[in-house]
Amino acid sequence: MLTKRIIACLDVDAGRVVKGVRFLNLRDAGDPAELAAAHSRAGADEIVLLDISATHQNRAIVLDAVRRAARELFVPFTVGGGIRSLEDAAAVFDAGADKISINSAALVDPTLITRIGERYGSQAVIVAVDAKRLAGGNGARWEVRSAGGRKPTGRDALEWVREAESRGAGEFLLTSMDRDGTGIGFDCELTAAVVNATSIPVIASGGAGEPEHFVTVFREGRADAALAASIFHFGLNSVAELKQVLRAAGIPVRWPC
Amino acid sequence: MIAVVDYRAGNLVSVKKALDHLGFPCAITSDPVVVERAEKVIVPGVGHFAATSALDDTGLRSAIADAIARQTPFFGICVGMQWMFDSSEEAPGVRGLGVFAGQCSHFPPEVKSPHVGWNQLEIKDGSRLLRGLSSGIFVYFTHSYRAPLVAETVACCDYGGAFSAAVERGQSFGVQFHPEKSGDVGLRILENFCGL
Repeated sequence: MLTKRIIACLDVDAGRVVKGVRFLNLRDAGDPAELAAAHSRAGADEIVLLDISATHQNRAIVLDAVRRAARELFVPFTVGGGIRSLEDAAAVFDAGADKISINSAALVDPTLITRIGERYGSQAVIVAVDAKRLAGGNGARWEVRSAGGRKPTGRDALEWVREAESRGAGEFLLTSMDRDGTGIGFDCELTAAVVNATSIPVIASGGAGEPEHFVTVFREGRADAALAASIFHFGLNSVAELKQVLRAAGIPVRWPC
Repeated sequence: MIAVVDYRAGNLVSVKKALDHLGFPCAITSDPVVVERAEKVIVPGVGHFAATSALDDTGLRSAIADAIARQTPFFGICVGMQWMFDSSEEAPGVRGLGVFAGQCSHFPPEVKSPHVGWNQLEIKDGSRLLRGLSSGIFVYFTHSYRAPLVAETVACCDYGGAFSAAVERGQSFGVQFHPEKSGDVGLRILENFCGL
């Protein structure tokens, strides 16, 4: 049976992991390569490295971190943040990424999705969508935000995922801006709406505060995968522990991992 | 030396990285002469079946077909495995290598496509490629088309029905999943091939 994926996310600033850093028995708890390997050993189905600084000057540092992380990583490895062109994407793939994640740049120029997909395959193109719930009106609606969730775009999230899919997106990384950082749980209504609107896999993100939230987003949100950025903030030591909770709830996961 | 064939489709870095990790010397090449001289040949692949037509244009197809005829160990991965069949619905005009009979087809509409993620294998006894592994192991897939079950199928996977996840005949092997992205299980499979 195809399993639900738990994806470990490393937020990296100036070449150092700045979130989800609490990990035992590591020589260097902030090193992306060490952490990526540790998460992989501990059962993560994939690793995402998000460059949250993403300044131009920072590119060389990030590429070096990607290269070092990729060297000993034998699970799918996605890199996002600051990819604005086919050339940026090519540099990240050359450094060892299997997939890239693009967000604001795809909103500015949606042909970027197609161009990267034509060269590296659709499976290598994750479109990250930051969605914020709109107040009022009949039924729930969400607006797409850009620039790390700061900038309203006026675009309807469901309309945007349909367009991105038609342009060749391989997966969506869907973050609820309302839930991100709250710890009150994923926005399952948003997740299910995006799952319904598209036929490609949806990775849910934003709001996890306890292991049960993952059960809910797979069951009610019908997510294909979920991002665990700050899993260690709620008392778990590894992805394997999270997977044990999922198994007990009857959610199919890769096990043993 | 192991030739990893580059036909301008997708990203070959991860396959080379896995072989480097395992300590098997390899070279990424699009030169038919290098393929002819190689001890083993790997055709990785992500993306569209039509991309394999580049193998025809560059002389690589005949170099690979000759290598297989001489019993050089050959390993097709993902689209590289699909190319070992006769054809694919994905690009009806493009001819496969025909090592295995049949046409690759799209997943049925009742399942989400592409099939992305970790799924389980049902393994037949006696496979050399999957030596040391048993049914129930998880490997990483990402594809929209699947190969039919054939007499040479040594592992199948179930997603919208059973399909060939691994095939094997003589010195020719193919896998639909990505061994280079399937953790320790995948490394074991690459090691089994490279150690032939």
